[in-house]
Amino acid sequence: MDVMEKLTILTDAAKYDAACTSSGASRGSRAGYIGNTSSSVAGCCHTFSADGRCVTLLKVLMTNCCVYDCKYCVNRCSNDTRRAAFTPEELADLTIQFYRRNYIEGLFLSSGVMVSPDYTTERMIRCLELLRYHYRFNGYIHAKAIPGTAPELVQRLGLLADRLSVNIELPSERGLQTLAPNKTRKAIFRPMGLITSTLRENKEELVKYRHAPRFAPAGQSTQMIIGATPDSDRHILSLTQALYDKYRLKRVFFSAYVPVVENTLLPSPDTKPPLLREHRLYQADWLLRFYGFRAEELLDEDDPNFNPLVDPKCSWALKHPAFFPVEVNTASREELLRVPGIGTVSTRRILYARRARKLEHEDLRKLGVVMKRAQYFITCKGKILDGVCRRPDSILRNLAALERAALPASEGEQLSLFDPA
Amino acid sequence: MVEVIYRYDGSLEGFLCCVFDSYVNKEVPWAFQDEAHLAQSLFPVRWVGTDLRHAQRILVSLEKIDPWARELVVKGFLTCAADREMILYRFIRALYSVGKPLLRQLSDDALLPLLKAVRHLDGEVHLLKGFVRFSEFEGMLAGEIRPKNRVLPLLRHHFCSRMYNETFLLYDRTYREALVHQPGKWAILPLEEFRMAAPSAAEAQYRRLWKRFYDTIEIKERHNPKLRRTHMPQRYWDTMTEFQDESFFLAGTDALPASAGDPGGTGPEAGALSRERPAASLPPAPPSLH
Repeated sequence: MDVMEKLTILTDAAKYDAACTSSGASRGSRAGYIGNTSSSVAGCCHTFSADGRCVTLLKVLMTNCCVYDCKYCVNRCSNDTRRAAFTPEELADLTIQFYRRNYIEGLFLSSGVMVSPDYTTERMIRCLELLRYHYRFNGYIHAKAIPGTAPELVQRLGLLADRLSVNIELPSERGLQTLAPNKTRKAIFRPMGLITSTLRENKEELVKYRHAPRFAPAGQSTQMIIGATPDSDRHILSLTQALYDKYRLKRVFFSAYVPVVENTLLPSPDTKPPLLREHRLYQADWLLRFYGFRAEELLDEDDPNFNPLVDPKCSWALKHPAFFPVEVNTASREELLRVPGIGTVSTRRILYARRARKLEHEDLRKLGVVMKRAQYFITCKGKILDGVCRRPDSILRNLAALERAALPASEGEQLSLFDPA
Repeated sequence: MVEVIYRYDGSLEGFLCCVFDSYVNKEVPWAFQDEAHLAQSLFPVRWVGTDLRHAQRILVSLEKIDPWARELVVKGFLTCAADREMILYRFIRALYSVGKPLLRQLSDDALLPLLKAVRHLDGEVHLLKGFVRFSEFEGMLAGEIRPKNRVLPLLRHHFCSRMYNETFLLYDRTYREALVHQPGKWAILPLEEFRMAAPSAAEAQYRRLWKRFYDTIEIKERHNPKLRRTHMPQRYWDTMTEFQDESFFLAGTDALPASAGDPGGTGPEAGALSRERPAASLPPAPPSLH
């Protein structure tokens, strides 16, 4: 089998993995080495596939042979599909040649479990060692830690990679039991905890010895599948928050379940991937990471799922009328961040510009505030914008109308079910 | 007030001299003209010679007010805003009269147009860091872009540090200049024409592999061309490997990137890279690499 065929099979098998960021690592270039990761501070997308997802890394599997039989996965051993495996040499060469041509920012290496987790990880390590030591590749590497791998091997992997990730796969233990019989919650969280503690130790070492080898400098991430199990948004978001708090993850990715197999335990193959739900979860994830929200503020037991009509921030704002209006000229950063239509960039600009003089509504538009959303929630010098009606039902209607235009056609139809008109 | 047009040599230094002279002459120019784009005009024209000391004085004065002011002016001159000289001129004049507080008035008419132009430039630079594609010709790399803004001076640092050990050339079709780099030295040189040579067998194979990867990575059930265009405007596609037609992926033929929108057209002669003497011959011996 030639490299072209292997690449096709192993890309096809890896495409459902959501993570494709290269952010968080900053390593300058070195004489005699290929590449750097310094541009990656803000992330760098090299292209976008026809589904609109960013392509940053060469995202492939080492092999799609797998001894596990997870029901939701295309690579499960009971699936009749073509199998392939890269040799470490082939994959290292592809990475280097793609990188030199500026096709990619680095490598995202995952793998099916061939023989055993240890055996698979050793193969991955061999490929990464080839890249780092033989080719002197200094670019970005994201590697998957496979649950059940020996701690020493995870350590070695982390010293070669910029970021490690362990996939949670399904948001609940029950989901795992039914759909991924070979994986247990414990087996997934063990390597995750190990990586977290190693990261902490490494940080301490680096304080003492500047040249201590760096373990996964871009930290740890994970991903879970949305819509294959009946878990609520509230459950998923609380889990996400716990992962940020407890395991200090850099990112949690969500992947709308695409029905790839027919199984009575799974949604039927003609279900559409729940893209709107995934979108809402990512919006909420941003609110957790950059806007100072907590999961329990966004969703509660009475309301365990996101409103399809408006985004989570608007939804929160509509439920907390007492918080508004916010006076733009005196509000704190935290308060500004809670206003729909004001993001992190416009918050920064408001804080910077209002030191020169008091801001008017007209100024805010020029600073990049989305006035169509923000107008209901702010005052400038104590005044609400002329002609704005702050009745809750009219705000909801207007915000929902704004939102509908921005969603893909199919999602729009989905929404019309809820349309009062 | 006398309505007068300032004509200068088209360089940043030349423009700064216009600013300098407008204060010396106590007049506000009606427009600025780059000598390369001469147009008849009803107004009297004043030719402003470039005096590097005058330009330097303006830059130092901006730096003294705030380093960001200097950065805005230097970057502002690289933007594609139609009236960038006027935008810059208004900004500098307002800055001299108001002083540093002007920089906090982000919605001021003297500052906002400049901020918008520079944000557009920065955005394009950021996108191109990812969208540039190189091809290999006998160990040397070459790539082409067709940006709106003059991005090469801002892309330089990124590519020169990332491709520290490579010899490469990055050609800007819009502004007809090339960034050339050899380990340890670089230059941005005017270059009227550039044509990519046909790929070797190995190069063509990597192009095909990349195209295959690109086509395979899509999740068909999530197909969303509108979202793709939002993130990656179509004007960038014509220099990107994954959007070329079949001939681009064949070795040895006279394949070249689709040059439909190429302003100068790519004739086969002048400055072209022939297959026998590929990119290595370009640029014609850089005179002074920094």
